[in-house]
Parts: sequence; structure tokens; C-alpha cells
Amino acid sequence: MLKISDLHKSYAIGDSSLHVLKGIDLSVEEGEMVAIMGSSGSGKSTLLNIIGMLDIADSGEYILDGLPIDNLTEKKAAVYRNKFLGFIFQSFNLINYKNALENVALPLYYQGLKRKKRQELGMFHLGKVGLADWAEHLPKELSGGQKQRVAIARALAANPKLLLADEPTGALDTKTSYEIMEFIQQLNDEGKTILMVTHEEDIANMCKRIVRLRDGVIMEDKKVNQVRASQYV
Amino acid sequence: MFDLDLWREIFQSINKNRTRSLLSGFTIAFAILLFTILFGIANGLQNTFKQAFVDDAKNSITIFTGRTTKAHNGLQAGRRIRLKNEDYDYVGEEFDSKIQYQTARIYRNTLASYKNESNTYDLRAVHPDHQFLEKTLIIDGRYINQNDLKNKTKVAVIGRLVEEDLFIKTEALGKYINLGGVQYKVVGVFRDDGGDNEERIIYMPVTTAQMIYGNNDYIDQIKIGYNPELDYDQAIAFGNLLTRKLKTRFDVARDDQRAIRVMNMAEATKSVNAMTVGLGIIILVIGFGTLIAGVVGISNIMIFIVKERTKEIGIRKALGASPKSIVSIILIEAILITAIAGYMGLLIGFGVLELVGPSLEAYFIKDPGVSNTLVIGATMTLIVAGAIAGYIPAKKASKIKPIIALRND
Repeated sequence: MLKISDLHKSYAIGDSSLHVLKGIDLSVEEGEMVAIMGSSGSGKSTLLNIIGMLDIADSGEYILDGLPIDNLTEKKAAVYRNKFLGFIFQSFNLINYKNALENVALPLYYQGLKRKKRQELGMFHLGKVGLADWAEHLPKELSGGQKQRVAIARALAANPKLLLADEPTGALDTKTSYEIMEFIQQLNDEGKTILMVTHEEDIANMCKRIVRLRDGVIMEDKKVNQVRASQYV
Repeated sequence: MFDLDLWREIFQSINKNRTRSLLSGFTIAFAILLFTILFGIANGLQNTFKQAFVDDAKNSITIFTGRTTKAHNGLQAGRRIRLKNEDYDYVGEEFDSKIQYQTARIYRNTLASYKNESNTYDLRAVHPDHQFLEKTLIIDGRYINQNDLKNKTKVAVIGRLVEEDLFIKTEALGKYINLGGVQYKVVGVFRDDGGDNEERIIYMPVTTAQMIYGNNDYIDQIKIGYNPELDYDQAIAFGNLLTRKLKTRFDVARDDQRAIRVMNMAEATKSVNAMTVGLGIIILVIGFGTLIAGVVGISNIMIFIVKERTKEIGIRKALGASPKSIVSIILIEAILITAIAGYMGLLIGFGVLELVGPSLEAYFIKDPGVSNTLVIGATMTLIVAGAIAGYIPAKKASKIKPIIALRND
């Protein structure tokens, strides 16, 4: 599904440069649910951004679903992101002047779908996250958990191969976090491949595999017994 | 290609970000409004100046006479100087190369009547050249001609308003008008841009008037149009020379200001032209100034809008928006707001000019207004400027890595 080898990335900071990723090798199979952990500055978000084509690696190989991701132009990246990837962010990143349904339908707009089809699919995915009744509400009228569910619905709308989550529970209280995790686990049960950055042990343990990063290298990569979030809800 | 969805996106963005849209619209509308009003007022000033001199030819010199105020060459003060046909001929012969048009003028006041209508009018007996010096516009028939002069025919050319006053429900041309008891054939009707009074005048041949009124060869004024090839300074010098020669001819003291007076339009025209050039420069400065202010305003707004939308742009890119779609959504919104707001400013500006225009005449501002082409040109300039000003930051925004845009909280 996903194969990364010898990935390097550094950022220029003033005159010096900061080597953030120092040769990452990682492969993820279809249907996996992987947590990427590490302290801040370990490079975990950078790794996720490169996988999400929001950022470009300096060197190394990245193959997504058999497709080598290199020489990315902005245009090509946009098409790949739209077709292959769904994003879930810590701060939800909903467009504040669009209602829940319009937010969910936005990736479909960029896929070039007809308006009616977009509405239909958008409603379907909103229904899946249990917010069909909130379709007309603006983000500011929703709670944090609801916003994140709208964001998940949006990530699912384009039917991506890979779901990328950057601290999806970082801005939520524990109870809501578990609700969101329960939902993400369900998606994984249905076969979606999920990659998640987190620094919370309990959240990481709800995944099936934990990759630990420190100072730009993978320290540990192990399968874990998934803790079901449903038992806490 | 009309992309309904793109327009829907743009209208939603304008509609949902009302404060932003209104503020930017206001700036543009205000720039165009100012442009229209200032330009209109400047044009009004210029109209006033043009109007003041539209009545007569710019190159005219008028010779009047009065009584002497100083004794000279053994002649007493208080002597009445009168111009005669021979003086008219003298001026014509002496200065032939410097004269384009020449006419005598005899003034009378006359009771004119046709059938049951009658009224008093100014009567002017003139030569054919008078038509060009007074800028008389014939709308029916003809003006006084050389044959009239030679044969002393009893013909009259009447003003448009004279016809309106006396010839009820009929045309004056070819009819006989009674002027102080004598029948004259109306051979022409004229119009004049100098105002209503100038259209309540009756012209007749100078020779006819001399025969009818006293059978003498006196004339009241000589009016000439100097050769337009003379520049202002040459024309002024010509006027001075003419004055000196005439004073010698009539034995009038050099410093006698009343006996013979020469009014030279070249002197007035020279200062008016300088004024018009000055006004023109002011108009240009005002125009460019407001436009530049508008352009700067739009540029600022566009930079601000793109800044404000950085995060939204990041989200859209993460969801698969191409750089092109980002640029077009921002640009079209900017152009749309500029066009609509510019048009509103234009309408308001026109409205204000229309409303307060007439009351400004007391301040030497006549018919303030701007041509449509000018204002539409100005709006276009603002739209293009807005597009350029918006394109650069929009292009930049479309190139921001989404991850950086998203980090921007």
C-alpha cells in the first residue's frame, strides 16, 4: 500500500539547516492502522506531511499504491491528494463560512462531480458520522467532537485509499477523543488504511501498530494489541 | 466557458464574508465616486470659461468711439468722434493683410411687428462678415450678402426667438416683417450659443440702415477679425497700432482713453487660454491622483484578502484544489467586487453631479459632468489594477505549501 525508503528532509533555519528526517524506511499494508509517535521535534508531523504530499522530501523513495510519488508539481500533487488521500487535522480545518454539508462536499467539487451528486454523497457521509441533522450548521455552531466528525466525513467523502490523521484528538477532551477513536476504529474495521500521528499513549494503543520516532529516525516499530475505544464510551 | 459551480463558490465567498466584501467595495466605489465628482467639477469650471467666450470669435477686435476728454491739436475736449464709411474703408485698406473679417455695426432699437404680434428688439445693421465674428448660426434661409449691401435691399435676418415671438404658427422665412413702419423681407433665421438675448436680435444690411435712419454714412462700431495666423503677441501689437493710427486720424490725444477705444479679444483670450491650460493640468492631476489612490487601495485590500484566506487556501489545496483554481477564485471575486462597486460609485457620482450641478452655477461651475467613456475607462483601469494587484498575491498564495498555510492559525 505504502512504501517509503531512505527518506530525508531538512529545513533551513536561518543560515543553518535542521535535519528533521534522517533516512526513514517504512511500509504499510492495506487495512493497517498505524500510530506514529514521538516527542515534539522528532519529525513525526513532517513524515505525515510528506506522506500526505503536503510537503516534499529532499531525497528518498515514496511509493503509494504502486505509484511512485516523485517530481511532484503542484498540479499533480493536488490531483493525487484529491484522489488518494483523506486528511484529518488537530484543528479540524473546516472552512468557517461553509456549512457542514458544504465542507464535506468540497473534495467532491475538486473531483469535478455534479452538484447534485456532491450533495448526495456529502449527505451520505455526514449520515455515516451521525451528523445528518446538522448538515446546515456552520462550524462555529458545532462542538469540537462534531467538528472533527465533519472533518472525518470530509476526509471520507472522496473515498481515499489512505486516511491521514494529524493529532486527531489533540484538541478534544478524553471522552470525545475516545468517541472519535471509536469511529476511526470502525473505519479501519471496514478496511480503510489509517496513518495517525499522536503523542498520547492511550490513543496510540488503540491502533494496531506503533512506530516511534526520535530525532528523525525510527526507534521502534511494533504491532500492538488494539485497545477498543468502545469500552470507554 | 461558464462554470456555474465556480461562480457559486465565488458568490458564496462574497456573501458569507460580507464585511470584507463591503469594505473593499466601499473603497472602490468611493474612489470612482471621488473621481467622477472631482472630474465633473473641474469640467464644469472649464465649461464656464468656454461659455464666456463662445459668443464671439476669439480673434475679434472692436472699435468704439465716444467724446474726447482732452484738448489736442487746438481742438477742444468734449468733441464727439463718429466713425463713418470712409473710416471703415481706411481700416480695411490700411491693414488688409492682418484682417480676416471686417464689419461695421449700427445699433438701433426697433418695434417689430407681424400681423397682430409686436415687440421691441435690438437691431444691428452689419456687413456679411458679421456672421463669422458673432458666430451666428443660420438655421433657415441665408445671412446678409453683398447684393443686399449694393442694392440697399430691405431684408432682415431675425433671431430664432424673434420668429418664435412674432410668427405664431407660421414660418418667418419669406414673410414681411414691419420694423418701425417699414416692411422688410425675412431672408434668414439664426441661432446663437450666446444665450437668449443674442437670439432676440434683428440684422439688416448696413447700407439699408444708413438710408432709412437719417440718410447719412455714420457707423457705430467697426468690428474686425484679425488674421488667425497672428499669434497673441502679434495680435496685441496689431491692436495697439490700430489704436494709434485711428487716434492720429481723428486728432485725438494719445492718452485719451474715451474718444477711441479698441477692445482686443486677443488680450482676454491669451489669459483665458493660460487659465484653460492650468485647469487642464489640475484636472489631470486630480484624475490621476484619485486613480492612483484607488489602485493603491485595491492593492492593499487584495493583499489583505489573500492573507486572510491563507488558511482557507491551505485547506482547499489539501482537499485537492489546483493552483489554477485558487488563483481564479480569488481573482474573479476581486474583479467582480471591483466592477460592481465601481459601477455603483459611478452611478452615485453621476447622481450627485446631476443633483447639485445646477446649484453650482453661482460658483462658476457650469454643467459639471464627465463623459461615460472617461468614467468607464477609469473603472476599467481600477478593475485591471485590482486584477494585477490581486494576481500577484493570489499566485503567491497558490504556491504556498499547504502545510505552511495550514500552520497559519
